[in-house]
Amino acid sequence: MNKGDRTASWAVRGFGCLTHPKISVASRAQREQSRRNQQYLGEEMPRFGEWDQARAREIIAAHGNLEGPVLPILHALVDEFGYIHEEAIGLVASALNLSRAEIHGTVSFYHDFRREPAGEHVLKLCRAEACQSMNGPQLAREFLNELGIEWGGTTHDGALTVEGAFCLGLCACAPSALYDGEPIGRIDRERLDSVVREARGT
Amino acid sequence: MTRVFISQDAASLSLGAAKIAKLLRQEAVVRGTDLEIVPTGSRGLFWLEPLVEVETSEGRVAYGPVSPSVLGSLFDADFLSGGEHPLRLGRLEDQPYLARQQRLTFARCGIVNPLSVEDYEAHGGYVGLKRALGLEPQAIVDEIKLSGLRGRGGAGFPTGIKWDTVLHAQADRKYIVCNADEGDSGTFGDRMLMEGDPFSLIEGMTIAGLAVGADKGFIYIRSEYPHAYRTMTEAIEFAAKASYLGPSVMGSGRPFTLETRLGAGAYICGEETSLLDSLEGKRGMVRAKPPLPAVAGLFGKPTLVNNTLSLATVPWIMAHGSQAYADFGMGRSRGTLPIQLAGNVTRGGLIELAFGATLREIVEDFGGGTATGRPLKAVQVGGPLGAYFPASMLDIPLDYEAIAAEKGLLGHGGIVVFDDTVDLSRQARFAFEFCAKESCGKCTPCRVGAVRGVEVMDRIIAGIDPEKNFEVLEDLCTLMTDASLCAMGGLTPLPVMSALTHFPEDFDKAPQVIAAAE
Repeated sequence: MNKGDRTASWAVRGFGCLTHPKISVASRAQREQSRRNQQYLGEEMPRFGEWDQARAREIIAAHGNLEGPVLPILHALVDEFGYIHEEAIGLVASALNLSRAEIHGTVSFYHDFRREPAGEHVLKLCRAEACQSMNGPQLAREFLNELGIEWGGTTHDGALTVEGAFCLGLCACAPSALYDGEPIGRIDRERLDSVVREARGT
Repeated sequence: MTRVFISQDAASLSLGAAKIAKLLRQEAVVRGTDLEIVPTGSRGLFWLEPLVEVETSEGRVAYGPVSPSVLGSLFDADFLSGGEHPLRLGRLEDQPYLARQQRLTFARCGIVNPLSVEDYEAHGGYVGLKRALGLEPQAIVDEIKLSGLRGRGGAGFPTGIKWDTVLHAQADRKYIVCNADEGDSGTFGDRMLMEGDPFSLIEGMTIAGLAVGADKGFIYIRSEYPHAYRTMTEAIEFAAKASYLGPSVMGSGRPFTLETRLGAGAYICGEETSLLDSLEGKRGMVRAKPPLPAVAGLFGKPTLVNNTLSLATVPWIMAHGSQAYADFGMGRSRGTLPIQLAGNVTRGGLIELAFGATLREIVEDFGGGTATGRPLKAVQVGGPLGAYFPASMLDIPLDYEAIAAEKGLLGHGGIVVFDDTVDLSRQARFAFEFCAKESCGKCTPCRVGAVRGVEVMDRIIAGIDPEKNFEVLEDLCTLMTDASLCAMGGLTPLPVMSALTHFPEDFDKAPQVIAAAE
């Protein structure tokens, strides 16, 4: 994949547009345009770019002047590559003059900083009390069993990762979920099945 | 051109509001009708979402819940002039659910375009800041003290006292931090406010900055709230463009800037010291107090950490005066509480009321009972660290002290309703499981206690040595309550012990039939 393609694939879904607002490595509008162009050409767009040290350095440098830059940098790396690559830890540490242990400590503490790529799409199902009160646990259990995965697992075709979340703030529309960052309320089996079909493009 | 208001709140979107807006626009084009769709936050009446409101001479006429299939009939009924239709609700302000509320903090939510500074100003925005700019810092702090405002995040600590401490701390730099890490299940008030009326939070933080002498603020928003993060971030840009933020706030020569920051999926970061460590880029570990964050907080500087709703209430207090706010409420709980009603309930939503309403009024009058239609068995008040109360205790008033007297906590004002299919021993087990998953791990009572709690509950549920295990459970709960560093470990026993106290029948899993046969 050449450089242009990779820039074009800049996280267009999920938390893609949640990188620190004042730092535009490639503006959202540019990315949107590239995405549309690619869709027009009928090319399958990957959500994330492949690991690229030079690109990672650019991202780290772009956030370096923030007060407390570590979390914004890690979020930006996940936005770009879909996960925190092993090499990223050393790069962030040396750029910020911190130890690798400190960055590793931060990365490993938070659920969002996954260490391996997720599936093509991510479904976060709420597991907290309000959703429990509306039969969320049973719905989730049957769904996971049918997909043949556990919490945090990815379907064998790599299409969908299902994660648990403790509250999405959609508690008056329980049970709820976030699919690639888009909220879904009052989910039932039918809705979950349609999510799977959408993820698999069938 | 007729203005049509559709909420872009995440909960409204989760029920299809974006699709309704899109189809409405298309249908209008087909029919050659002129309409302007104004995005708003949510009114907080979620069983009516997606909701469409139309501006007419008699006010905003609402229709809901609107599904794609009824759009044609809405146009046929001339809904753009407020025409009759089975889904016509009339003015929402006349609906008892809203008419009975006292909306101060949420006065504008669902009404204004969240990203329009002009709309905010037109609905009473920035009056409080204008007044604050003419006051000495101590006078602003005194105003907040006199209002009786207490931290809406859950602890209920008097906000004015916190402000006073930061004001009198000596340092070259101070910070304002908004805790928008709203992780409690059953709560969504912070999210609704940030998506529906972000400028009130911005104004509140700016006033706080003027009061305590801070020129920089951070809003720490959980990553489960991508929409709130986006709205808040954009609102900050608009406020800066209008000179409400920046080097000279409203031309006063006094600087104040704001930044949004994203959490990363850790419940514990809602604890203020853990949040500060997270902002600094570290693991979200709880700090021992003292020193208080007000003395040595973010980057070691005096820091005012307040909940979203506490800060968003400040503009109202500054605009209307502390006495007007203190006139609401009961006992030592002054003002209004934004209650979030959720879970297995017919009419879930946002209910802002003066302190003192009973759980029954909320769950039965407002909520209309369970969504499944089965008998109500329990309500959990105050999030995952709050107590479970049975139907027989619904007459407790919602007041910090009254709930504490019943060994519960009001928390952030979330109420989750359960019907009679709930098994409270399972909920008690979940309380430990949640604590085990989300503990920061710094103190042993929480880190190890939660894991042991799950094990003990598993044995109780399996009916193994119940007598012995109940003794261990109570001992464990006492230890966690007394010896944990923060509220996470310290309050996890609350849901556990309330479940055991009020629903002992759910814990009686001993294989009695076998015992009788022997």
